[in-house]
Amino acid sequence: MAVKRRIRVLVAKPGLDGHDRGAKIIARGFRDAGFEVIYTGLHQSPEQIVEAAIQEDVDVIGMSSLAGAHNHLFREVLKLLAERGAADIPVFGGGIIPDEDIPKLKKEGIKEIFTPGTKVEDVVRWVEKTIHPRE
Amino acid sequence: MGKEDKPKTIGDKKTLWEQAYREETARHPERLERYSTVSDQEIGALYTPESTEKLDYERDLGYPGQYPYTRGVHTSMYRGRLWTMRMFSGLGSAGDTNQRFHYLLKHGETGLSIAFDMPTLMGYDSDHPMSRGEVGKCGVAIDSLADMERLFEGISLDEVTTSMTINPPAAIMLAMYIAVAEKQGVSRDKIGGTIQNDMLKEFIAQKTFMLPPKPSMRIIVDTIEFCTKEVPRWNTISISGYHIREAGSTAVQELAFTLADGIAYVQAAVDRGLDVDAFAPRLSFFFNAHIDFFEEIAKYRAARRIWSRVMKERFHARNPRSWMLRFHTQTAGCSLTAQQPYNNVVRTAYEALSAVLGGTQSLHTNSLDEVLALPSEQSATIALRTQQIIAEETGVTNTIDPLAGSYFVETLTDRMEQQAMAYIEKIDEMGGVVEAIERGYPQGEIANAAYDYQRQVDDEKKIIVGVNRYASDAETSIETLKIDESVETQQVERLKALKAKRDNDTVKKTLGALRNAAQGDENLMPRLIDVVKAYGTEQEICDVFREVFGTYRDPGMF
Repeated sequence: MAVKRRIRVLVAKPGLDGHDRGAKIIARGFRDAGFEVIYTGLHQSPEQIVEAAIQEDVDVIGMSSLAGAHNHLFREVLKLLAERGAADIPVFGGGIIPDEDIPKLKKEGIKEIFTPGTKVEDVVRWVEKTIHPRE
Repeated sequence: MGKEDKPKTIGDKKTLWEQAYREETARHPERLERYSTVSDQEIGALYTPESTEKLDYERDLGYPGQYPYTRGVHTSMYRGRLWTMRMFSGLGSAGDTNQRFHYLLKHGETGLSIAFDMPTLMGYDSDHPMSRGEVGKCGVAIDSLADMERLFEGISLDEVTTSMTINPPAAIMLAMYIAVAEKQGVSRDKIGGTIQNDMLKEFIAQKTFMLPPKPSMRIIVDTIEFCTKEVPRWNTISISGYHIREAGSTAVQELAFTLADGIAYVQAAVDRGLDVDAFAPRLSFFFNAHIDFFEEIAKYRAARRIWSRVMKERFHARNPRSWMLRFHTQTAGCSLTAQQPYNNVVRTAYEALSAVLGGTQSLHTNSLDEVLALPSEQSATIALRTQQIIAEETGVTNTIDPLAGSYFVETLTDRMEQQAMAYIEKIDEMGGVVEAIERGYPQGEIANAAYDYQRQVDDEKKIIVGVNRYASDAETSIETLKIDESVETQQVERLKALKAKRDNDTVKKTLGALRNAAQGDENLMPRLIDVVKAYGTEQEICDVFREVFGTYRDPGMF
């Protein structure tokens, strides 16, 4: 019987921001939903995140930012993924992201942004619907 | 305890009430199957004199300003002096924050409180690659003494007290503050303020860490030792539960882990050979004011009682000032919602009221927009006015500890104490909090509590107005403060100019002396003051520390 590969997700905390409550809750929620979860831990540079995503062969990257540096950090990750020929790995984000930044980030290639008040289940469903594990 | 022991009249009437209650709830079930606090403490329908039968007034409550301080650390509490209204602020450059300080002082604020940006908190200068996009974003950027001088321009350091919320580089910021004061002609024994300087809760919850736990403890004890001798009005550590709670802990965990951290600092300073009564009076605490009103009040009252007993019985302190748990409070950022943000004013007001009824010494009230961005001037003013309304209009300051003797509040206070002590004993069994942290114990307990709470919110077992009940589609847009990207480029340019202008030989020499001191066991504070006075930067100092002591990395557990 062919077993479908489980979704592999990298949960990442870019930059110096130490707010990891949301990232850890999401990581647990993903694990409980049956995903394979790799959590980078805190204080990761965009280079480290992209390296981990490629090394771990993940299907999707979720980044959490709550200290205002999302524009720079999210963009940098997208840029480095493209440079490394890994632009096919979808990236979504969450945290404190002002409304006016969301359309810009989406236009630049962030697939979705989840802001405070989102249910864990809704993020899980979005990933299940949007991400198809690579063979 | 047998029912027959109880006074007859209460017993009879209570039996009648219990019967009526059972009948009533059988006919009309209560709204919820189970009533519990935000921390999931189950709460009963009614508390009576029986609930507090074991309470011994003199032993467990006492009088304000007297051991065990359950009713407050000061004899006359707010009738004598109100709490300090200390609003945390910091944004952009030192010049921007200096303007905000002048504004707040003009509007009746009585103490300053600095929020630093992430690079400063983590020991990086504004030009480090990891600082890109973060300079001035969630606080002020301080690279060198030159920035600290601009921050306090026009503010005399013998007229204000200043709280600096910073941890790994706390000793460096204290050194800069001393240097600014001395340049103003204010000697170090005249300045007053607080550095947070609480690394243990960083490993547990807030996660701005730099060095491993043991060298972090050494630097903290250096600051305690130095201030005890030279800066007697300085609060050397603000032992913080705030961030533990924000990371998702329960109220009991906040209380227990904070006091366990406090015990570890006292033990470390005693191990250095300091007399407990020489430094303990300058330790202060920092708690969260979350939304569950009575639970929070019980938490503060229990905190004072536990700490006084620990200091007297465990550390044999003799000075009553060593027994007192003095604390700052901040309302809970994590209780605020991005949805319907004006509701946050109401949440913050109730939280602030709990802190006041719990006997806080100083208070920061969050602004309604803090869940979205740094507060605007207008929203920061509303937050300050919230405190002023509590102080001047509500009448809650007229009498001391007005909730004492409440069957419910006293029961909850006892319960918080018992549960916190059980955690503290468990941590003692592990060999202390540093060992517990190395095992990931408090971190794991908090992550479990945070996940459980989120599940309850997602399942609508816990209600958040405007989020999982009474949500509305109407968008409320509020004007939020933006930090211009030019703050970063200008700060980087100022830093470059400084490095070109200063006497680099002196910087090198003082950094070398610091390195030698770090490798040995001499107190680092005098060396730090030498480096900052030579305009050595924060990162240059931290790089020396990182080289000598190594760095701490997040184990990435979830």
